[in-house]
Amino acid sequence: MKVNVQVNGVPYERDVEPRTLLAYFLREACGLTGTHVGCDTSSCGCCVVVMDGSRAVKSCTLFAVQADGHALLTVEGLAEGGKLHPLQQGFWDQHGLQCGYCTPGMLLASYALLKHNPNPNETEIREALAGNLCRCTGYQNIVKAVQQAARSNANAGTSQ
Amino acid sequence: MSTEVKHEGSLGVAMKRKEDPRFIQGKGRYVDDISLPSMLYMALVRSPYPHAEITSIDISQALKVPGVKAVITGKDLDAAGLGWLPTFHGLDKQMVLALGKVLFQYQEVAAVFAETRGAAADGAEAVEVEYKPLPVVADPFAAKADKVILRPDRERKTNHIYHWEVGDKDGTARALAASPKRIKQRIWFQRCHPAPLEPCGCVAQFDTMGRLQFYVTSQAPHVYRTALAIVTGIPEDKIHVISPDIGGGFGNKVPVYPGYVCAIVGALKLARPVKWIETRTENLTSTGFARDYHMDVEIGATAEGRVTALHVATTADHGAFDAAADPTKYPAGMFGVVTGSYDFPVAHAEVDAYFTNKAPGGIAYRCSFRVTEASFAIERAMDILADELNMTAADLRRKNFIRKEQFPYPSPLGFTYDSGDYQKTLDTALEKIGYNDLLKEQAAKRARGELMGIGISTFTEVVGAGPSKHFDILGIKMFDSAEIRIHPTGAGIVRAGTKSQGQGHETTWAQIVAEELGLDPQNIMVEEGDTDTAPYGLGTYASRSTPVAGAAIAMAARRVREKARKVAAHLLEVAEADVEWKEYKFQVRGVPAKSVTMKEVAFAAYTNMAQNEPGLEASYYYDPPNMTFPNGTYVAVVDIDRETGESKVRKFLAVDDCGTIINPLIVEGQIHGGLTEGFAMAFMQEIQYDSEGNHLNTNFTDYLVPTSQETPHWETAQTVTPSPHHPIGAKGVGESPNVGSPAAFVNAVMDALSPLGVRHIDMPLTREKVWRAIRDAEAKKKQL
Repeated sequence: MKVNVQVNGVPYERDVEPRTLLAYFLREACGLTGTHVGCDTSSCGCCVVVMDGSRAVKSCTLFAVQADGHALLTVEGLAEGGKLHPLQQGFWDQHGLQCGYCTPGMLLASYALLKHNPNPNETEIREALAGNLCRCTGYQNIVKAVQQAARSNANAGTSQ
Repeated sequence: MSTEVKHEGSLGVAMKRKEDPRFIQGKGRYVDDISLPSMLYMALVRSPYPHAEITSIDISQALKVPGVKAVITGKDLDAAGLGWLPTFHGLDKQMVLALGKVLFQYQEVAAVFAETRGAAADGAEAVEVEYKPLPVVADPFAAKADKVILRPDRERKTNHIYHWEVGDKDGTARALAASPKRIKQRIWFQRCHPAPLEPCGCVAQFDTMGRLQFYVTSQAPHVYRTALAIVTGIPEDKIHVISPDIGGGFGNKVPVYPGYVCAIVGALKLARPVKWIETRTENLTSTGFARDYHMDVEIGATAEGRVTALHVATTADHGAFDAAADPTKYPAGMFGVVTGSYDFPVAHAEVDAYFTNKAPGGIAYRCSFRVTEASFAIERAMDILADELNMTAADLRRKNFIRKEQFPYPSPLGFTYDSGDYQKTLDTALEKIGYNDLLKEQAAKRARGELMGIGISTFTEVVGAGPSKHFDILGIKMFDSAEIRIHPTGAGIVRAGTKSQGQGHETTWAQIVAEELGLDPQNIMVEEGDTDTAPYGLGTYASRSTPVAGAAIAMAARRVREKARKVAAHLLEVAEADVEWKEYKFQVRGVPAKSVTMKEVAFAAYTNMAQNEPGLEASYYYDPPNMTFPNGTYVAVVDIDRETGESKVRKFLAVDDCGTIINPLIVEGQIHGGLTEGFAMAFMQEIQYDSEGNHLNTNFTDYLVPTSQETPHWETAQTVTPSPHHPIGAKGVGESPNVGSPAAFVNAVMDALSPLGVRHIDMPLTREKVWRAIRDAEAKKKQL
């Protein structure tokens, strides 16, 4: 069946099996392989994308048809005009990733967090990312990365 | 000549990782990101029974599922001579697809190839297999009785796989008998699983030249190529193994799994590329588990607390096939490091391994082959001894440490420890964490009935396998390799036989080359994982990358430097003997003003080399003279809620000595990650089977990975005792935190519970287990 979505501002119309999960729709029908799949039970969060501007969703737990008519943001859409998003910069600067497999989901879950809470404290960050597993970093540098991004956003806001 | 600023050196610099830009932009290339034209998908049919005879397999309905192209079974593979796969240490073999019977739940029974992921899964559902259940052997102690022989295919009709021992058996027994103090404890290191976030998988394709292009999640691509050539009979030049970006490995991606062989057979049979990506359930239930060692540890000591002897007898559960990925001569891996950081006059260790109806494995999960088990055993037992002697954990350790002047230290179980300063590392840790204040706080809390514990682990690891005299996998010696080319503009490429799964080799390998050659690490490209281009190496696991390949890279760079020296002599118009390498430049001896940079020499090597051989490249195959022995002191502070049994890790400090540090940022990151995995094993992770052999932790809702909320805050610090035999003094660090931390956590909990008279609880220390221990201890006290 036909699914129409906007991904990173680009319209995609694809004809897929009704049972196609959004994660595989993005990866295989749209060719956006930055969104990963790490479990079968909605536990790991590697597949998190942002729907309609600020809602973090696990794309392995939605059918593609449920996203019909919605706007999605994936890791491929974070950088703008060749400039890394403050979260991407934060993860890089603070060594917030190792194997990189959980990173897209972490970035998008953090993106949604900062939309709702631009200046989260450590507890709030840890709570917001509790649905995203990481086997490499021990989370500490991920927390620092999100804090750096929040500071960077605040500074950008001030300078404007 | 030069307008460059003075080169400051690249070693020890907290350089941001070069690989990160692609990962943070979703541009990593993991195996499931690879799609080839006309690619098919494979799904596996797996056994619901842990032990059963297969009476029939009917594939007719599966073949009617739209999109299904073929189904293969064990019989098909056996007819093609592919029924069995040798395990990596060469002492056993494993069924590719079940032959006649199944030996563990979720064992591979049939492979289905179809046009889509969904159709392959539908086809797998439609394969009808009839089973006749057989009696199940679910634990190694039951296996000992040999009432049911699980592997009649083997020559020896017993469930006993091997007996391995090292040390002085009689001497140890005598010393123990003569010791005024003795402790003995059964310690089980539970079955756990590395569970990297990216599951295992592959894409197999035979290209237009009939050559196998094999993309696979492999920590050891070169060994895979050789193993595949041996198993399939395809000439090795017709096999190209590519390990793309890997989403974590931790030892899970070392073995060759049945699914890989099936995908290759499917690609050959159907003349189309085949992709197989396992599900999380498949990952947790069938690929390499770790540990499952039941260790009886006995220590003798004088009344003053000087250790006199150590004996460890282990019963190991290896599952249905002996698929532990250990070096040939070491069926129990490096378990001989069980004497740890202590100067035992005599010791004896033995391991007896058994088959059971569980998944095969026993792999080195973030560990240099059974070192985690060994380290946990000795660090737990030392605490129990301290308790027995009424000494603090720190004092007992201090009294028994191998002293720094004893290095190189010949251990009673056959290793030669390279270097260390255990006393200094312990002192650093205790001072930094404020040990004396913690002891005071604990005393005050105990007086109020509160449960607070301080756990210490002063571990020593043995990593960097290994010297060719002792170490091989499938006969291939465990050297590693590097190849360096410096281009005319002073940029370059280094290729190594290793394969990063997140360790940051693209950065650290470039730093080693840059340090040795005075070049910019940003312009040294690192390439690994492609068997057509990289030199042969044994791969990345067992903390061997830095000790072995890191050394190969330094040595190859030094060969490049020697070649460059000739060109430098030509440029400086002096004899080669008058050229010295100083401050990252070639200088005329005694005339620092006359110098050329490596960049200038590189250009000349292609444009103005005089009589010298053109070009600037070298390779090196490094056979390490010894293992390296990273060590550290970890301190955990926990508070336990008496009512719920919940342990809260309030503070954790890791002081590591991994020798020379290449990149402190990466070292710290490795430590954070390893500590989190240690924390997981200590408090939440276990692969459980019930008495009928049913697997109880088949996904991440039952097999718990710590989230950001439970994970404690980590503090780290370093002492640096370089390895005397490694070219840059580095020892490796990736596994230390995973090896050293479980004992620190458990020792802390046991320290908290010691006023109640609780001596030991096996991991994982779940709330329920701790609560029960508290309740039982309190009940016992009331009775007295």
